[in-house]
Amino acid sequence: MRRRHDPARPLPSEITPSERYYNRREIMASLAALGAVGMGPASAGAASARLKFARNPQLSLNEAPNSLEDITTYNNFYEFGTEKDDPAKRSQKFRARPWTVKISGEAARTGTYELDDLLRPHALEERIYRLRCVEAWSMVVPWVGFPLGDLLKRFEPNSRAKYVAFKTVLRPSEMPGQRFPVLDWPYVEGLRIDEAMHPLTLVAVGLYGQTLPNQNGAPLRLVVPWKYGFKGIKSIVEIRFTEKQPPTSWNLSAPHEYGFYANVNPSVDHPRWSQASERRIGAALFAPRRNTLPFNGYAEQVAALYRGLDLRKHY
Amino acid sequence: MAAPVTATRRATSRFRADKPLTFLLCTLPLAWLTARAFAVAGLSLGPNPVEALIHGLGSWGLRLLLITLCVRPLAVLLRQPRLMRLRRMLGLFAFTYLVLHFLSWFVIDRALDLAGILPDIAKRPYITVGFTALLLLVPLAVTSTDRWMRRLGRRWHTLHRLVYPAALLGCLHFLWLVKADWREPALYLVLFTVLMGWRWRQRPRRRAGIAPALSPRGA
Repeated sequence: MRRRHDPARPLPSEITPSERYYNRREIMASLAALGAVGMGPASAGAASARLKFARNPQLSLNEAPNSLEDITTYNNFYEFGTEKDDPAKRSQKFRARPWTVKISGEAARTGTYELDDLLRPHALEERIYRLRCVEAWSMVVPWVGFPLGDLLKRFEPNSRAKYVAFKTVLRPSEMPGQRFPVLDWPYVEGLRIDEAMHPLTLVAVGLYGQTLPNQNGAPLRLVVPWKYGFKGIKSIVEIRFTEKQPPTSWNLSAPHEYGFYANVNPSVDHPRWSQASERRIGAALFAPRRNTLPFNGYAEQVAALYRGLDLRKHY
Repeated sequence: MAAPVTATRRATSRFRADKPLTFLLCTLPLAWLTARAFAVAGLSLGPNPVEALIHGLGSWGLRLLLITLCVRPLAVLLRQPRLMRLRRMLGLFAFTYLVLHFLSWFVIDRALDLAGILPDIAKRPYITVGFTALLLLVPLAVTSTDRWMRRLGRRWHTLHRLVYPAALLGCLHFLWLVKADWREPALYLVLFTVLMGWRWRQRPRRRAGIAPALSPRGA
């Protein structure tokens, strides 16, 4: 039932926040352009470019995403400060370009890669995921990215690669939060290899159709929707395949409160607060809390990964 | 003849401005939170309004409680006994903010679910501690009137020493709920410790008979 298009009046699809129907060449071009643009002092920090991607409705929620403003002004990214609005306010000096990622450990192909070389082979998709923070709030985010497994396979991990460890960039000059040891910087995270290879596990390079803002983990971050948000390590500079379970920042900081697995689980409380329910960001003041779902609602896809594992012990 | 009168009037008017001014200052955080809650002039409580409200009320309640504890040291150190006149108002404002802090949690966040909050109060240490602090302040607010002061006499001072454990528990409540950044609650704990240290040092001097010039004692 589409009406004739009057060029003076844009279609609703043209004014949606996420531009969706670009072709792949354009996104490569815009990424390359961003590499150049990012060098200029005026655009440092705020540089954002449209991405070309395809929607993935099968792996997207049917819920309305949070507004871009909510997603980009309410962040836990302690490298920029511990207040929720610190990352948006204090990440302007951060330079997400040029960027390299070091791949190391138990894999055939290791080395340091330019970001563009790393991303080039991967078609981007938009997935609308729920994000559940360990602090008992949640959001719905339209990420743009690709499965982490597709990236990892390119480096041909060997049979000793049981885990994947990640590291955030350490740049106190651009990340003011790193000048005080709130956590033991740099931030490190890890996944079991089967979790890392799971099709839901995403490398995100954008949200709402644009490249990631600095406060959301530019230029690339991890998104593991069935785990608490702190597993989603941001601004990744190193990926290492390991045989032993790697250390993770929050677990090092408070081992009895934050485990390696950190699967969203309403029946295992944080020692200090309940995880049974959550508050949806962007909801009205008097909106009720929502019940938290096992594995953040992704139980059907991921519960099998943990068969036989005591989730109380391995929180 | 005219000059001294004017001087007296001036002194009197300055003398009387302190209470309304304190009152006004104490209402500012509440006014700010209210304006944001009701979207006055495009203001808002941000992406997580419930948290902003609860934390805003709690933080200001604790700050005002600590400011209340600063009154006597400041009055003595600055030789401004008049400051003591402000202490009751500051304490009652602290109590008001902390009651609103509790109510915003109970009514808005927990939707009046009494059966739900009781286990939380009982088993979550930071809530237990915070709730205890609030309970300790209730008798102090109730007995804050002149009539109660007269009625209780010396026991009033003894009773009102409950403000010290209340303030300590308030600081612990804050310290206990932060995830990793303990700087702000630690600052409050240090301030509390300094204030208590000052009081400790004052004690033997009073016993020795060199009582401070100020009449209201205790807190």
